[in-house]
Amino acid sequence: MRNSAPQLNNEIIGLVESLTNASGISGGEGEVRSIVVSQIKSHVDNHHVDALGNVLALRKGEGKDALRVMLSAHMDEVGGMILDIDQDGFHYFDVIGKVDKRQLIGKSVLVGTDHLPGVIGCKPIHLTKPHEMRQPVEINDLRIDLSPEGSGKAHPGDRISFSTRFTRNGAVMLAKALDDRLGVAILIDLVKHAPENIELLAAFTVQEEIGLRGARVAAYALNPQLAIALDATNANEMPAWDDSENIYYNSKIGHGPVIYVADGATICDPRLVRHAITIAERLGIPYQLRQPGTGGTDAGAIHKSRSGIPSLTISIPIRNIHTPISITHIDDFGNTIWLVKEMLASLDRSLLTSERA
Amino acid sequence: MKSLIKKLVETNSPSGYESAIRAVIKAELINLVDDVQTDALGNLITHKGEKAPDGLRIMVAAHMDEIGVMATHIDDNGFVRFTPIGGFLPHTCYGGRVHFINGTRGVIGREKLQDIEKVPTFDQLFIDVGAESKKDCPLKIGDIAVFERPFTELQNRIVAKALDNRIGVAVVIETLRKLQKTPHEIHFVFTAQEEVGGRGATAAAFGIDPDIALVIDLTGCGDTPKGSHKEVRLGKGPAIAVRDNMMVVDSRIIKWMTKTADKIHLPYQLEILERGWTDGHAIQITRAGVPTGILSTPARYIHSPSEMVDYRDVEKSVILLQNLLSNPIKLDLQ
Repeated sequence: MRNSAPQLNNEIIGLVESLTNASGISGGEGEVRSIVVSQIKSHVDNHHVDALGNVLALRKGEGKDALRVMLSAHMDEVGGMILDIDQDGFHYFDVIGKVDKRQLIGKSVLVGTDHLPGVIGCKPIHLTKPHEMRQPVEINDLRIDLSPEGSGKAHPGDRISFSTRFTRNGAVMLAKALDDRLGVAILIDLVKHAPENIELLAAFTVQEEIGLRGARVAAYALNPQLAIALDATNANEMPAWDDSENIYYNSKIGHGPVIYVADGATICDPRLVRHAITIAERLGIPYQLRQPGTGGTDAGAIHKSRSGIPSLTISIPIRNIHTPISITHIDDFGNTIWLVKEMLASLDRSLLTSERA
Repeated sequence: MKSLIKKLVETNSPSGYESAIRAVIKAELINLVDDVQTDALGNLITHKGEKAPDGLRIMVAAHMDEIGVMATHIDDNGFVRFTPIGGFLPHTCYGGRVHFINGTRGVIGREKLQDIEKVPTFDQLFIDVGAESKKDCPLKIGDIAVFERPFTELQNRIVAKALDNRIGVAVVIETLRKLQKTPHEIHFVFTAQEEVGGRGATAAAFGIDPDIALVIDLTGCGDTPKGSHKEVRLGKGPAIAVRDNMMVVDSRIIKWMTKTADKIHLPYQLEILERGWTDGHAIQITRAGVPTGILSTPARYIHSPSEMVDYRDVEKSVILLQNLLSNPIKLDLQ
């Protein structure tokens, strides 16, 4: 099943590397934005950075009547922000976006635009009492330690990202912020190699992790006829603790692009869901349906924009999402590019007038 | 109107999958409206009347979707796990029957209860479609179903699934049949995806850009044993909303609605809905803001497979809506 995945060149893997190594906590997406703009500027008819920091780009299609299709990928990632500095020079902080407090202790972080190296401090195990080991430490009780070298250099409002560096190990990539730099990399690739039958409206959005805020204004501005959000979703296909069948895996790595039917923010347009499945089956592209349930992507804001926009989400499955290090399978990445390109290339205006379901 | 209600509630159309109900409504609208369109999210948008000098551009919204369930996993033995579409509680599920829009039927079962005092969570429930193995199960992830219950009459009351909000739909259709003359340009919208957050109404209101809006829906009652503290009772006339937990109704709109009811000596009830909301919350904050009212028919057991309304309330909702739309509207600033 996996041998059909398109071969990815070093250029696009290198792009994932530079994108995931960049810091881009919600509202502070500047480093990612610079990479995006430098990558796309010579391939688009126009682009600009909007009032919230989204990068919006247009690549015209052939003919005047090309379907206006918005593709979005969010540039921001989860992380934290410095709140205050205590009298001993340690830093209070809070998380930005959904981060599990249980996995914060002892993690290596970079603070502010100067990437000051630090660590989320913790009491040594020698001094920790047994009852303290059994419960998670509240964020209020944690501090970021920038060491004597960094003390005094950080300020309230400085953003905190995990310091993980990109690693490739054969068929997998390990990095922080694969959610959603994989989507950003795919969208950059699509901008460079867009099918000509559509007018591509690319939105590299901000502030997705704190409420789909960038996508909301991006969709209003671009006013597309349909939209696809490219994102990452969690793969939790490990065995259940009690050896029973795992029925809450959400998605599985190595099983192909994840097509959404519904999540907490969007009921995807059934015509677009069918289109994605039809193309995947016709071409033999592996795919999986995401388990419907909670969560949301940029599509949640986009589909309600203006008079309504038929929308779909396609995600890449990753393990350990919203932690300092996630894992993705290179074939899922390649197959997602393949599926989305083919979907776009065969988009037809009649899809919008066909019956929904 | 009863046969219309029966036809509407026996049509299966969960949120996002409103094609079947849209077709039924469309057929009822022939010769009643000036035009009919389906928008990008599946809202059915119709229009009637020209705006006279003393008229307004009005949006009248009744949602046509209903709550449902969506398959999340087919296990090795062919049992189907699911997630709710719309807001309802797991205690209404066990033993209930569901009907998928692909035709498959099933019954909801549950895992063995660890604690008999506790209501099972959705995680502990599953749908049994009669399959003996995964291979026999005619469903896949993402297939969607509604609850299955027939239309029943109990004295003056009607019991059915999806009275929320096919009653609202019936009230609007019946009003359209009776509405002779109006000074207003009225956009009657049968909205999609209300049960998942007023999503259809958000888009429809933006497109229509109305001067004012009226939402036609159901509301809960406080007249059952040890029920919630709510002044609304079944059979005491339509409810005019003052507030729900997502919106405060413009006092000018409340005054217009209550004055209209008083003028025709129609009994009504003022409603404060502490848990719940309607399309109104989405419409009210569209563009630069839309004064929005809610005309609700009282109902019991909302979001269970057996919702109940009093038919006399439904008839009165029609009379009130017809009167609200027939005359010029002056919203008095206080």
